[in-house]
Amino acid sequence: MSHGDILAIFNGALTTLLLSAAGIALGLPIGLGLALLRWARVPVIAPIVAVYVSLLRATPLVTLLLLLFFALPNVGVPIGPLSAGVLALTMNTAAFNCEVWRASLMDFPKEQIEAAQSVGMRRGLRFRRIVFPQVLRTSLTGLINEMSLLIKVTPVLAVVGVVDITRAAQRIGAETYEPLPPFLVAVAIYIPIVFALVSVQRLIERRNLRLEAAA
Amino acid sequence: MIHDFGVVWGERGLLLAGLGNTVLLSVLAAICALVLGALLSTVLMRQSKAPVLVARVFVDGLRCTPFLLFAYILYYGLPSLGINFDNWSASLTALIVYHTAYMAEILRSAWAAQPRAPIEAGMAFGYSGLGLFRRIVLPPLLLTAGPVVGNQMIQVIKDSAFLTVIALPELTHAASSIQSRHYVPFAAFIAAVLLYWALCLVIEAGVASVGRMAEARR
Repeated sequence: MSHGDILAIFNGALTTLLLSAAGIALGLPIGLGLALLRWARVPVIAPIVAVYVSLLRATPLVTLLLLLFFALPNVGVPIGPLSAGVLALTMNTAAFNCEVWRASLMDFPKEQIEAAQSVGMRRGLRFRRIVFPQVLRTSLTGLINEMSLLIKVTPVLAVVGVVDITRAAQRIGAETYEPLPPFLVAVAIYIPIVFALVSVQRLIERRNLRLEAAA
Repeated sequence: MIHDFGVVWGERGLLLAGLGNTVLLSVLAAICALVLGALLSTVLMRQSKAPVLVARVFVDGLRCTPFLLFAYILYYGLPSLGINFDNWSASLTALIVYHTAYMAEILRSAWAAQPRAPIEAGMAFGYSGLGLFRRIVLPPLLLTAGPVVGNQMIQVIKDSAFLTVIALPELTHAASSIQSRHYVPFAAFIAAVLLYWALCLVIEAGVASVGRMAEARR
């Protein structure tokens, strides 16, 4: 494996990171939106969201990706590998994020909302000033956990032809007839990224425990 | 659209064979991973430093590795070291080894949260080693870790779908071949998605009944 090959894998890593970042950036607010729809028990929509979450949580990302990649052009929506990848990641992670957000929303103390109502705060302000900052703190570890899960499923994007870490490694393996070294380089890129996220998650968990113990 | 689903229905044999393979693979892998994970968790809970460190590196390393890359390394990478797998043995080995790491960590954290008293009582009655683990430690562990183990089983099923890339004839692979044969992508993959959903609902129902059992024993 030459230096150029390793550079090619790092190029793929950049694609992987950008797509993961896009999935995370889209999935976080969409997940929150879905959770709010269920929390507010919006008629008709809330049960639909519940079914969506249950279905998406059970669907393997490969299957979802192949479905989007092959079926959308069939119904007249042109879609490339990159956009199919981002869409699949977003749909998947939004469902998991929805559950994380919803769990913290359900745990949110009612008294605080009533107190905010009693001083005349409107719904939007109440959410922005009272609910969201606290819910964000309690959901943070769950959300970071979901981010590390998302990064761990990104090699799937190679299946529809996105040139990510995995695809770059496969190419080099096919050219050099030595598939093991490029795959090991690929794993060596993934492990520190995921490990860093897991460490941040543990750090926040420990800090939360300390804060709880102090309170 | 209805016609497309008709085509998929015409190929139901292929789809059900895929479902059968997915179930077979996932159940075998989950059971083996649970047993091996339980054994590994006893290593993680030891007092001595060296074995714990080795087990920790194995568990944390795998938990940071994407499953698909792990399967690729086993199937495409290891032959250059002279270790050859066919796609079934590579799939099964990949699923078992990978999820053993997760199961070990799940059982370890549940174990660390267990009260010490029953274990000390067991030791006082002369239990030790594997007997102590099997009779005293493991049963309450499985009951409290039940929901998380159930989630992990869902994860095993979802990871088994990745194995379509090494041409294992499981559910996603069956859906792909139906779609490429008849060009009915939507119907073929939706059918697969619904079958995955059904599998997960079955596991969730199982977990709920284990939870009720745990509640009744408390």
